[in-house]
Amino acid sequence: MAKRKAAVHIRECVACGCCIKVCPKNAIAVPRGIYAEINEDLCVGCGKCAKECPASAITLEAAGQ
Amino acid sequence: MKEKKKWYDYLWIFSLTYLILGFFNILFAWLGLLCFFIPLLIALLKGNKAYCNKYCGRGQLFSLAGGRFGLSRRKDIPKWMKSGCFRYGFLIFFFVMFFLMLWNTYLVFAGSRDLSTAVTLLWTLKLPWHWAYHGTLFYDGTAQFAFGFYSVMLTSTVLGFITMLLYKPRSWCVYCPMGTMTQLICRAKNVTSSQK
Repeated sequence: MAKRKAAVHIRECVACGCCIKVCPKNAIAVPRGIYAEINEDLCVGCGKCAKECPASAITLEAAGQ
Repeated sequence: MKEKKKWYDYLWIFSLTYLILGFFNILFAWLGLLCFFIPLLIALLKGNKAYCNKYCGRGQLFSLAGGRFGLSRRKDIPKWMKSGCFRYGFLIFFFVMFFLMLWNTYLVFAGSRDLSTAVTLLWTLKLPWHWAYHGTLFYDGTAQFAFGFYSVMLTSTVLGFITMLLYKPRSWCVYCPMGTMTQLICRAKNVTSSQK
């Protein structure tokens, strides 16, 4: 099974940063206040951010897509 | 591995205290301006949403109540509520209501209207709030602004609380006018800085 990583749908992201707080790997940042960015090297695909995101703008996708 | 909590993880205490103080002395409502100016200044000067991401006490309050205390169904927010139309529409609506509130304050300052000691919930329900008013050292207008501003804060808290119950804990963040505004500022700043 392919590894899954979190992916942000940037058009729906409101840049609130809820995902940053729940990420156990510190793999998420909102560097310019527009949308969240995921560091795929750190992401383990746990899905906590996807669950937390109030805009449901994060999904788990097969890595490398 | 849980990270150690930072000082700003406790700012929800500030937000909660603010709401409570408004029940005792309405003039404390002025403190709420901090929640307006700090995010705007951070967005304008630093070009990021550090306020939403780290310091927003209201967001923390919702994630505590909806998360730790389980007061949330944790369902997806409806599509229309996260659409640009709704978010920008709500921002504009909020702005219009805010300026109406400022206009009312001005009328009291100018002396053409008497102070109304009511808090208006959801822009329509006038709740008697005279018990939180013990006179002001300044003009009546300063108290009128406090009543108006507290109305804005209480209304948005109630709305946020309802969407917290219905959807995810921090659903308010999706249509929070301050959040939409700071995201717009960041967008604008980013466009101009990438052109340099």
